[in-house]
Amino acid sequence: MEILPKWADAVLVPIFSLLIAFALSALVIIAIGEDPVAAVKMMVTGAVGSTYGWGYTLYYATNFMFTGLAFAVAFHAAMFNIGAEGQATLGGLGVALVCLAVPWPHWALALPAAMVGGALFGAAFAAIPAWLQAKRGSHIVITTIMFNFISASILNFLLVNMLRPKGSMDPATAKFPAGTNLPTLHDILGVFGIPFSRAAPANIAFFIALLACVLVWLLIWRTRIGYQIRAFGKSESAAVYAGISPVKIIMVAMLISGALAGLMAINNVMGEAERLVLNSVEGAGFIGIAVALMGRNHPFGIFLAAILFGFLYQGGAELALWTNIPRELIVVIQALVILFTGALDNMVRMPLERIFLAFRRGKA
Amino acid sequence: MTIFQKFLGATAALALSAGAALADPALIFDLGGKFDKSFNEAAFNGAERWAKETGGTYLDIEMQSEAQREQALRRFAEAGANPIITTGFAMADPVAEVAPDYPEITFVNIDGFLAEIPDNVLMIAFEEHQGSYLVGILAAMASKTGTVGFVGGMDVPLIRHFACGYAQGAKSVNPDIKIVANMTGTTPAAWNDPVKGGELAKAQYSQGADVIYAAAGGTGVGVLQAAADEGIYSIGVDSNQNHLHPGSVLTSMLKRVDVAVYDVLKSGADTQTGQMRLGLAEEGVGYAVDDNNAALITDEMKAAAEDAKAKIIAGELNVVSYYENDSCPALSF
Repeated sequence: MEILPKWADAVLVPIFSLLIAFALSALVIIAIGEDPVAAVKMMVTGAVGSTYGWGYTLYYATNFMFTGLAFAVAFHAAMFNIGAEGQATLGGLGVALVCLAVPWPHWALALPAAMVGGALFGAAFAAIPAWLQAKRGSHIVITTIMFNFISASILNFLLVNMLRPKGSMDPATAKFPAGTNLPTLHDILGVFGIPFSRAAPANIAFFIALLACVLVWLLIWRTRIGYQIRAFGKSESAAVYAGISPVKIIMVAMLISGALAGLMAINNVMGEAERLVLNSVEGAGFIGIAVALMGRNHPFGIFLAAILFGFLYQGGAELALWTNIPRELIVVIQALVILFTGALDNMVRMPLERIFLAFRRGKA
Repeated sequence: MTIFQKFLGATAALALSAGAALADPALIFDLGGKFDKSFNEAAFNGAERWAKETGGTYLDIEMQSEAQREQALRRFAEAGANPIITTGFAMADPVAEVAPDYPEITFVNIDGFLAEIPDNVLMIAFEEHQGSYLVGILAAMASKTGTVGFVGGMDVPLIRHFACGYAQGAKSVNPDIKIVANMTGTTPAAWNDPVKGGELAKAQYSQGADVIYAAAGGTGVGVLQAAADEGIYSIGVDSNQNHLHPGSVLTSMLKRVDVAVYDVLKSGADTQTGQMRLGLAEEGVGYAVDDNNAALITDEMKAAAEDAKAKIIAGELNVVSYYENDSCPALSF
């Protein structure tokens, strides 16, 4: 059945997709009269050429890892969860409430509590569409999309009317107390004597995201429930025949998915902004879909894809800072990568498969 | 685009980040983008005017994400840009965070609020409620149905502040006037959604509104269009939008962000820091009368608005600010 060997599927297809996307981006940059070579150089040096660049790249990557994992877990159960955006938004609310409710003495105490808060809020927000799907057959794509808007409205209402400090014009919570400030990579690597940029927002949440990658791998491929999730995702009727309850699998997969999305808030809300602002998620929930698809829904692939998208975000920011390439075109470049790696997968895969087939016939 | 900061090669960017002195000022636009036909564009126009007059150049960036706020500030500061001007209330806290690290650089924020302003920061606030009060008077006098509309952008305190001044102005003319107020949305997309703006305007028209004030950034373009289509009046915001639909745009509530940016750029690094409030007296806000709408504003209307303006400047008339106690005496949200 499998025409491509595994390594080609995992490595060659994404690399060719990326090359096509970058070639098209170069054409776009030439079309507006800029130098694509200099632009690429600036993106690379800006994103990975210094610890400062790495700090931002890894910060964005941490967000994408959480939302990518969130999407992947649901996807293994054939649930297309587009709601990571909303679940992460509400996760932010959970984290903010935990951080503001108690005068935390030390981050080591605040972090686990905030993780529970973020995960609970995210999972609870995913539970409603999941239940509607499991019990009522309301399509999860439609409900989760609509729940993204509901989450934005809930947060807006709470920030504008209740959580905003008096007199402030900015719809955002007060700054979290110092006891909740997470150590950044600068602090952590400093312990080992490794110098790292102080300004960059990457923080301990990056390591939690790595841990989450490992745990999701264990869950999906090394546990009974993971097997059930995969079996259900491959064929619902076969899973039912094997005694697997669809309601249970849909609920479990979506709750884990929502919790992972909600966990993202420890990075962007607690680690970076240190307060809850209105659009703190800013599309990471949607990028997570591309990250998961590009990473073939495998935690290691998601890790790599998240780093790539972190690179695109930070490199794009550097382009915006120092060139007059308008930000819309930077979005175009990012979108081209998503288009080729996510949506136009077969365009690369089919010619590759043909080449491999021809090669094999030649050998036989 | 030619007057923009020229493309800096990768090497130049590295040299800049290494701290080479660069006296160019920098301008950071908020998420709405610099071509929003409104708030950010006004800042852009002010900077362009300065660039044209002095031949100077400036760095600029449009925000794409929350994490970029502090990043852009630090990057420009390390490159030696001075002064660094930011637009939008969301930049206030990042400015407060970054400014103490670069005491030799002047930071400017427009629209924001800080309880404690660092020594090298200038906060520029506009008394939008005063300008909105005046256009509220004009709206109520131009209305034949006794119903006026308000379309806001995102539901944030700043926009309620606009609506509140407008409602007070309208009620000062006609205490029984009906005010239909709608917000476009709860996400930043609400600043740039002319289609929804147009739908809201049409819905308000069907409720009897015949003058609609749009304080919604790029969304307002749709409000003005819908009002022109329905043959009713609209009121523009921030920039002078009278020319968009002559004969239909009753007036525009001016918020002279362009003047503020121009003045800051002109005084450069010597800009006075602290809090600056630009109201009617400073001509920071006002209403626009030009060839496009001169026929719509009767002498009687003009007299009423000028009278209120004089009273506000003299302190005889107090327009209640929404910020004072997070509520509005003339309108509930």
